[in-house]
Amino acid sequence: MAERILAERTLLPLPPVRPERMVALDAMGAVGDVARPLGPFERIVNITAVRRLFVLIALAVAWEAFARFSDNPLLFPSLTDTIEAFYDAAVNGPLIERTMNSLRVLAAGYAIGLALAAVFTTIAVSTRIGTDLLSTLTAMFNPLPAIALLPLALLWFGLGAKSLIFVIIHSVLWAVALNTHSGFTSVSQTLRMAGQNVGLRGLRYVALLLVPAAFPAIVTGLKIGWAFAWRTLIAAELVFGASSRSGGLGWFIFENRNQLEIPSVFAGLLTVILIGLFVESVIFRTVENATIRKWGMQS
Amino acid sequence: MGGRMAGAPGDKAWVASGNVAPLLVVDDVTLQYKTAEHLVTATWKVGFEVYAGERYVLLGPSGCGKTTLLKAIAGFMAPVAGSITLAGQSIARPGPDRMMVFQEFDQLLPWKTVLGNVMFPLLVNRRMPRKQAEDHARSLLAKVNLTRFEHVHPHMLSGGMKQRVAIARALAMEPAVLLMDEPFAALDALTRRKMQEELVALWEEVRFTVIFVTHSIEEALLIGSRILVLSPHPGRVKAELNAGHLGPADVGTPAFDKLQKHIHNLLFTDKIESDRPEAAHG
Repeated sequence: MAERILAERTLLPLPPVRPERMVALDAMGAVGDVARPLGPFERIVNITAVRRLFVLIALAVAWEAFARFSDNPLLFPSLTDTIEAFYDAAVNGPLIERTMNSLRVLAAGYAIGLALAAVFTTIAVSTRIGTDLLSTLTAMFNPLPAIALLPLALLWFGLGAKSLIFVIIHSVLWAVALNTHSGFTSVSQTLRMAGQNVGLRGLRYVALLLVPAAFPAIVTGLKIGWAFAWRTLIAAELVFGASSRSGGLGWFIFENRNQLEIPSVFAGLLTVILIGLFVESVIFRTVENATIRKWGMQS
Repeated sequence: MGGRMAGAPGDKAWVASGNVAPLLVVDDVTLQYKTAEHLVTATWKVGFEVYAGERYVLLGPSGCGKTTLLKAIAGFMAPVAGSITLAGQSIARPGPDRMMVFQEFDQLLPWKTVLGNVMFPLLVNRRMPRKQAEDHARSLLAKVNLTRFEHVHPHMLSGGMKQRVAIARALAMEPAVLLMDEPFAALDALTRRKMQEELVALWEEVRFTVIFVTHSIEEALLIGSRILVLSPHPGRVKAELNAGHLGPADVGTPAFDKLQKHIHNLLFTDKIESDRPEAAHG
């Protein structure tokens, strides 16, 4: 069948023999400049921060419009009410103090979690049994919500920062360890050999080769760990609001809800969101720009 | 043509005369590695010696164990039988006295600049203070014509430039022997030829000892001063030939073509032999 089709195909005529030509490259003529700067509008649109800000403004407008349309300040206060409550709570109320309390506990838990994750992953890359240990532990504990451990933590460590730090460590440790370890294992064989070739061994091999080579995965782990920790902390503070004197942001939200100060509840939520946004798009973005983006490991 | 066929494994008759001691001695080395299902014998009783200043080429088709052999010399794996000694010392682990240039472009550290990459082994081994290492690295970057790119990160470089950085990094350590595992195989043909010429020119200038793995007969002739021809499945020594009289300028000359044809025939007859049922070894 195929042969018949091929045989019946009319052949193209032979191409003509054409004269050769040589061109001197300096005769460029009016091609124009090789690189032309973009127009001002295009350049502004290319800035990520500008586009993000536009999205935020659009959301704010939508919020305000919806609140005014629904006209129910008790259930859904408008953006202006919320900002007013936010300002009031920040200047006259306990919002700043509550936030600092939360952040202090968070920083402690996050730091200890990262240190433990570093120990676990270092053991895991050094020995095979360490790999098995880490894999088993992460498989067991990663799906376990940190908040589920809170009742137990309260029993062990009592009401207060210790219990919070314990659940935060739990939420950070496994996510960071899992990502870091999978980052380590996906470092290319060539890069590993290049590292061993220059004489790196043991801890220096981990610190000077594996950690920077696995940095994209490590940053992802840090981000996930941060989000888990932040969520866990606010939730935990909501659950046991009892230690009111040193309460955090979650307690602030809980407290105001009980008093039906809904704009203040929104102000508390807004604070949670703003801190989340700040950490994500300022701190982590700066870290990424200075490292993995600069190194061409992430576009 | 100075080439002589190697005798039976272990035959030392082809060792060069004179009272210069060989730098690297590979003595009847058998290498095996495990895959998920098989224990693969990569080389079988391979023996050769490399002298200081030689451009020693391991040449053979895929499956002749030339890369495995280079990895064993680098210290990434230990021989099952036989021994590898560098200046009388048995090789136990990877080390910067045997700097390696890999085929893959990702051998550079992406988080370090070109200059940082070249300085890296110097600093890791505390070979010299930072300032001095920087100057030393700069001088090597000048030798591979990359001075203008010293502050650039590797992802901005072309493949050929990356390989030149890797060569500069390896030479900066002044290794006893430079190991190159098909370093130009992933480059386009034009860049490859340029790199081959540059490597020989660099050797003329710096005079290092290099073991170069390739599967290209032409590349072996261009670069090598001595060529070890290996047969596949498993790798065994087929011949050891001299090619020091041939360089990049000799491509297309009768002498070049003749040696090329000779090696081609060596590898070609081997192919026919290995098509027969396994009987030669066991």
